[in-house]
Amino acid sequence: MTATAENPQVTGLRQQVLVLYLASSALDQRVIGWSTYDGTGQTHPTTGDSDVPPYETGLDALKDGWRLFQASQLNPPYPGHEYDVSFLKHEFFFEKLV
Amino acid sequence: MPHPHRKHLLTSVQMAHFVATGALRMDAVVPDDMNQQAIEVLKGGIPGVPYGTPLSEAFVDSEFVERLVQLPEVAGAIHSLVGPEPTVDHHAVHIRKAHEGEAQNLHGDAIIDVRTDAFDVQLMYYPQDVTLEMGGTLSVPGSHLRRTNESDTGRYQNLRGQTRLVCPAGTVQFLHHGIWHGGRKNDSDLDRYMFKIRFNPTVRQVRLWNTDDLYDEQVAAELDQSFPWYENATGRLEKYNRIMLWRAISGDDTYDPNYWVTRVSNRPQRVVADRANNPHAKGKKEMV
Repeated sequence: MTATAENPQVTGLRQQVLVLYLASSALDQRVIGWSTYDGTGQTHPTTGDSDVPPYETGLDALKDGWRLFQASQLNPPYPGHEYDVSFLKHEFFFEKLV
Repeated sequence: MPHPHRKHLLTSVQMAHFVATGALRMDAVVPDDMNQQAIEVLKGGIPGVPYGTPLSEAFVDSEFVERLVQLPEVAGAIHSLVGPEPTVDHHAVHIRKAHEGEAQNLHGDAIIDVRTDAFDVQLMYYPQDVTLEMGGTLSVPGSHLRRTNESDTGRYQNLRGQTRLVCPAGTVQFLHHGIWHGGRKNDSDLDRYMFKIRFNPTVRQVRLWNTDDLYDEQVAAELDQSFPWYENATGRLEKYNRIMLWRAISGDDTYDPNYWVTRVSNRPQRVVADRANNPHAKGKKEMV
């Protein structure tokens, strides 16, 4: 593998990922769910490890230096399934390189 | 199984709570003498039961479990939720070892199950005091009507308002088959035990409980509650789906105190427009 700026062996950087689930599609809405994954291996977040969200809103995460890299699309419901409930709809992925 | 006394059946308010939350909890309902025995019994294993065995036959070789399901409050809840003589789908002893480093992903048991007029319940019995550190079962109130398959929800680590079970010894909870849940990491020095039985109904689940309070205002209040993890818009759909389930189990297909179902199914058929105003109409007729 060629060494590049993205190669962690060269940069020493690792990705931390924060997933926030928000109450609507607006990024400044209330956090209703959260997950974290730590590419440094220093912490080991897991299912059911906290009752307190890391931020009140998605915008608060931006203010704290998290970079948004993916947001859920807004898809219309499939015909006939307008009243179905399923996965959380408003999922936002953030990262920090540390 | 003898028919439980009416005083041990669930009330309509308790059933509405179950329909809204997907869970019903009975703290310390199992007496201490049984809790004292339980760990040894569970360590020894409970004999396996073929899928679909009637409850009255399932535990003839396990006196402890037979006593458990015949406790008046437990038997009353089973009858109220799934009716007389349900079948045992399966049972299992779950042990979260002391300092076990892994939590289960958030999941629903079995496979996606979208029945709208029937449901299974899972009895979970906790013979010990369960502290937060012992990793009591995580469950998500009001998640049972979400159409997701098994561990596809594994990405969700924490949801606002989730339940991290902390309970006294002898607690039993009943969970709807669809509820999102998982065994949490045990950070304590004690192994944690839980015994689970899944029941399948064998009758239509209609008014199986004590219906004296069927139209109590608290029934509507239970059905209309929201949860902190609901999205603003989807939270309204949750209420729609709850009302549909309540209609199915109460047998009242008009019940809708907050109009969530009624307004979106209102398609009147009576025509009052004057046909004479239609330029494509052939000839004029007097309206009768």
